[in-house]
Amino acid sequence: MSIAKRIIPCLDVDRGRVVKGIQFVNLVDAGDPLEQAHVYNSEGADELVFLDITATHEGRGIMHDVVRQTAEQIFIPLTVGGGIRTLEDMRQMLHAGADKVAINSAAIKNPGLISECAGAFGAQCVVIAIDMKRRSQGGWEIYTHGGRRPTGIDGLEWAKEAEERGAGELLVTSMDRDGTQIGYDLELLQALDELVQLPVIASGGAGTLEHLRDALLIGRAHAVLAASMFHFKQVTINQAKQFLHNAGITVRMT
Amino acid sequence: MITIIDYGIGNLRSIERAFLHVRPDVVRTDDPDLIRAADHLVLPGVGAFGACIQEVRQRGLEQPIMESVARQVPFIGICVGMQMLFESSSEQGVHTGLGLLKGSIKELRPSDPTLKIPHMGWNVVSPVKHNSLLSGLTADARCYFAHSFYASDVSPDNVVAVTDYGHPVPAVVAHNNVYGVQFHPEKSHDVGLRILANFATLA
Repeated sequence: MSIAKRIIPCLDVDRGRVVKGIQFVNLVDAGDPLEQAHVYNSEGADELVFLDITATHEGRGIMHDVVRQTAEQIFIPLTVGGGIRTLEDMRQMLHAGADKVAINSAAIKNPGLISECAGAFGAQCVVIAIDMKRRSQGGWEIYTHGGRRPTGIDGLEWAKEAEERGAGELLVTSMDRDGTQIGYDLELLQALDELVQLPVIASGGAGTLEHLRDALLIGRAHAVLAASMFHFKQVTINQAKQFLHNAGITVRMT
Repeated sequence: MITIIDYGIGNLRSIERAFLHVRPDVVRTDDPDLIRAADHLVLPGVGAFGACIQEVRQRGLEQPIMESVARQVPFIGICVGMQMLFESSSEQGVHTGLGLLKGSIKELRPSDPTLKIPHMGWNVVSPVKHNSLLSGLTADARCYFAHSFYASDVSPDNVVAVTDYGHPVPAVVAHNNVYGVQFHPEKSHDVGLRILANFATLA
């Protein structure tokens, strides 16, 4: 009897619709966020993540409404990210009904934001989202602005710094794997597990149930985030839980 | 009326909505008179212990809470709200709690390096004694936890259920009409709603 590994469907929201791309481009429509949130909540998802992938001023307003309406119908934790730049942005998302807020580019630009947010709302609701790409010479480099901008920053060093500054959780996306459905970057997950004391949510590359299992068993991630495989009904949350349970992984069965 | 004490920290809509799921009459308030008149009283809490207890005191809510507790009204603290039921906390300095239960709040420091901090996620709530708050729950029921501090040196008489995080961590505590849950029932799906329904029907 121990804490369960979490299965987290991720909804990338663009102007009020769920979309999914491959390596952050070529977006296709994947449904209505409220409808999907409702289904995932009843299917036994352990949490939900909403990422506002456009995060324009207009997108923010829509996102606020989507979060508010979604939070009204689910009884599991909801994380919201995308375009969160200030303490006030975070406050607004929490007030709309998010339980946690994911911060990406803004934390890299202003690392002090992490401790500021953790101090104001508690570390448990500050998720640092990191998008990384493998370097040809080894290691990983961080990209910001929805994966469009290389930063020259080492991904593992930043993960450690985020922890020291008071983050409560890391949501780490392998850009090389995102949307490819060829499996998570297990080396990256292992490196993170050895480096940080925070829970790590694995993201990018899930395509099969074996991928989820490998991220949890080999990558030692605490949670797996997946989009395509759930949105397009390749597998249900229940099937995933049953498979992982049979593989000896502790999951929450409903 | 389920009276949720709103002292300005965090969004209480989730808790309100979860209670509305089990009973139609729910109010969020920082009005001392409504707190004094409550028949079921809820103390939520998120973030830091010190900031929470300070807000409760500055708004003059400690006295009305104590009066309601003395009237034997069912009273439940949730997450940091549960922690505030105890005597003290050592989170970012030393803070005095409401002192309704014996014990103090300390930092979780599991010796097993695979146990990360915060303790975040769905863990088993294992009953160690009977309490109607947990009626209808199976022994392997899981609830959603998100915390880095826990109730230590709690009188064994007051521990209703524990969760395992390197050592037994009090998950549900109770003493007469005073209850506390370390997890978030409002985020714990059907299991959490059942616990809130049980609380709402306590006489």
